[in-house]
Amino acid sequence: MADKYMELVNTGFTKKLAKLLGLPRPPRLRRYGADTPLLPGPVLVLGQSPKAQQLSDTLISWDLDVRRHDAGDTKLGGIILLLDELTHPEQLSPLMLAAGKALRNLVPGARVVSFSRQALDSDKPAVAAVRQGIDGAIRSLGREMRGGATANGIVLQEGTEITSPSAIGALNFFLSGRSAYVDGQFLTVKTTDGELPEDFHKPLAGKVAVVTGAARGIGAAISRTLARDGAQVVVVDMPQAGESLAAVANEIGATTLQLDVTAKDAGQQIIDHAIKRHGSLDIVVHNAGITRDKLLANMDETRWDSVIAVNIASQLRMNEIFLAAKLPGLRIVSLASTSGIAGNRGQTNYAASKGGVIGMVHSSAKLFAAAGGSIAAVAPGFIETEMTAKIPLGTRTVARMVLPSLMQGGLPEDVAEAIAFLSSDAAAGLNGQVLRVCGQSLVGA
Amino acid sequence: MSQPAVRNAVIIGGNRIPFARSNTAYVNASNQDMFTAALEGLVARFGLQGQRIGAVSGGAVLKHSKDFNLIRECVLGSSLDAATPAYDVQMACATGMEAIGSLANKIKLGQLESAIGGGVDTTSDAPIAVSEALRGILLELSRARTTKAKLAALAKIRPAHLAPSAPGTGEPRTGLSMGDHQAITTKAWGITRQAQDELALASHKNLAAAYDRGFFNDLITPFNGLSKDNNLRADSTMEKLGKLKPAFGKNLGDAATMTAGNSTPLTDGASAVLLGSEEYAKDNDLPMLANFVDFEAGAVDFVHGAEGLLMAPAYATARLLKRNNLSLQDFDFYEIHEAFAGTVLATLKAWEDEEFCREKLGLDAPLGAIDRSKLNVNGSSLAAGHPFAATGGRIIASTAKMLHEKGSGRALISVCAAGGQGVVAILEARN
Repeated sequence: MADKYMELVNTGFTKKLAKLLGLPRPPRLRRYGADTPLLPGPVLVLGQSPKAQQLSDTLISWDLDVRRHDAGDTKLGGIILLLDELTHPEQLSPLMLAAGKALRNLVPGARVVSFSRQALDSDKPAVAAVRQGIDGAIRSLGREMRGGATANGIVLQEGTEITSPSAIGALNFFLSGRSAYVDGQFLTVKTTDGELPEDFHKPLAGKVAVVTGAARGIGAAISRTLARDGAQVVVVDMPQAGESLAAVANEIGATTLQLDVTAKDAGQQIIDHAIKRHGSLDIVVHNAGITRDKLLANMDETRWDSVIAVNIASQLRMNEIFLAAKLPGLRIVSLASTSGIAGNRGQTNYAASKGGVIGMVHSSAKLFAAAGGSIAAVAPGFIETEMTAKIPLGTRTVARMVLPSLMQGGLPEDVAEAIAFLSSDAAAGLNGQVLRVCGQSLVGA
Repeated sequence: MSQPAVRNAVIIGGNRIPFARSNTAYVNASNQDMFTAALEGLVARFGLQGQRIGAVSGGAVLKHSKDFNLIRECVLGSSLDAATPAYDVQMACATGMEAIGSLANKIKLGQLESAIGGGVDTTSDAPIAVSEALRGILLELSRARTTKAKLAALAKIRPAHLAPSAPGTGEPRTGLSMGDHQAITTKAWGITRQAQDELALASHKNLAAAYDRGFFNDLITPFNGLSKDNNLRADSTMEKLGKLKPAFGKNLGDAATMTAGNSTPLTDGASAVLLGSEEYAKDNDLPMLANFVDFEAGAVDFVHGAEGLLMAPAYATARLLKRNNLSLQDFDFYEIHEAFAGTVLATLKAWEDEEFCREKLGLDAPLGAIDRSKLNVNGSSLAAGHPFAATGGRIIASTAKMLHEKGSGRALISVCAAGGQGVVAILEARN
């Protein structure tokens, strides 16, 4: 999606002019490519952790140049902060300041990733303070990063370590171009469940994935990304959207299933198609969704009910069917929205449905884990789609540029990358979480 | 050399684009556009991307001369392996039936593992030819070697020569339109206006109900903004149908019963059916909806008035039943193409008629009546429309699905065609 403004402020004479005038210059984000390295430069690992050496070995196995000290003489592609052993806020100083010094050497599109422990009510006050403090520090650092660089964190729950499969999986995701539009976010490793892929470029090899609402926009991007990552995809959309659905399918070698997700037997139809035609059902992405915006004062029953029916009630019904079928290792990823977290004017119905998704994900985690599966959600912020292209130019430019730290809207691919990661076996230990893909927009903090 | 044993040919599934009344949704779509779209939907439904299919066969009744390799061109424009052979078939409105039946035979003989058959037609983008006189002059011009000869040829062109010659559905040997032909048959068999309108109404109601229950979700892929057949009138009533004036057989005066409501309109559309051997279906985890058991073509002498233009299927059915040791009552579904309501009703009446069955079909006893509740249960051409060559594929795919849903039984399909021809077929359920 070519953005004229971004092109202008980043190239040639107009770039100089934009600099001179102090115009905001949204950076080009570093996105995933099969042939590009995991990081655009060496990675600096700061801090101590019992498994630091194993972590370094893993980084080296990813062809990264690992530095334990910043000599200040080389450009860096990323910084990993091992903060999981800290017990008092006073201990943050040397690590954070060292990181601060190294920031100057970061190349565009660099990554900062922290490891920390989850703050618990049962922690000693000083321990809880440093743990929660890291949350604030990393989110703030995210806002200070320039050139499309981001800062995110991995929080370890009791019993997990920096080398737990999902910790490593999350680290790989955050370092890679897959997390281009994820900024100032945390993923919590809850269990040691999960399995790392043999090939990080094909994390979904051998999996059968169903994507609803796949005919266009974010759904089409999700389908393409899952297929790229090795999955056999089944694309689902309303019968009326069949023409573009077929085009998506033929582009990525998927099969189509024309289906209204609000149909009572939608879940069973998905199971039947996936199993009969492809042998299993491993991943379901609940992406199908609609908006019917109106101020609540002007809201009618049709608008309200249709949004609830498509965006949340259908997912609840399908999930019940999936759970009853006891499909081993089934991973569900749902589309939430920052509207469901922070609210949005004119979207009481939509926000109720998307907040509903978040509630459903939290509460369903145990249920899916019982069969070795998981459930998660991705909450996109401002994403450049056909839908958001209809927002007037001025509003759109402000929404995509001023609000998020990354000064631009995300692409459907950015949402798709997060979904692909959360649907992979490496993410099993992240069960029940909601990841925001919002470029760290101000909305909803 | 040992001959291979004959094996089953199975219908795996089908796809069509919604049918559109002439000069509506597909006014700018060519036959190639539409059949490619039908093919692409089929490829997407069954995950055939990059696959080499044994053969793709189909055709169009109204065809531009530039479309000499229509189906092959569609394959080249599709997501199938370009190494998929394809060829055109043409048998008027029975084109799809003939294409699919012949492919089934090749599968049965072990010559093909997989095949796609179907058809397409547009009356919106119909070929228009120059007049015969102008054509003669232009051919002469192309043969001329000197400037003088060229000018001489050109000088022969007169304004009247420039009037184009549009294709019609008239029979070349009688000059009568198909509708006027059927009007004669309809009258001869004493088919009432009431009976024809009732059949038309049932077609609309049945098709609408099939859409409502999602029957077409895996049979149709939308095209050009259309997701349902736009000839469908779900709110049609006997009153509305009764108000229409006769459109055919107007010379019959008060005896004229055929209206635009109980006759099919000119329609644009395309359909494709995927067939394969059992091994192919199993190896590719594809469904087996029905066996394509057998088919038979018929033809009658309508030119000299010995028989009605569209009565050939009545004859072909008798032979097909005999060959398969079946009676007309041995079927769970009857799919009789509704070219006109009168065609279906005259055919049914003929099968019940002792004299017709004895004199024309050479049978000791009439084939008898069918259970009308098994006739065209999900609607037929009066509601869906009739893009000539695409109708066979529409009926075969839908019927195969109906049989699979039922889980047992067999279906008789009958499609009449211009030129006094027709093709009938038997499908058998797979569960």
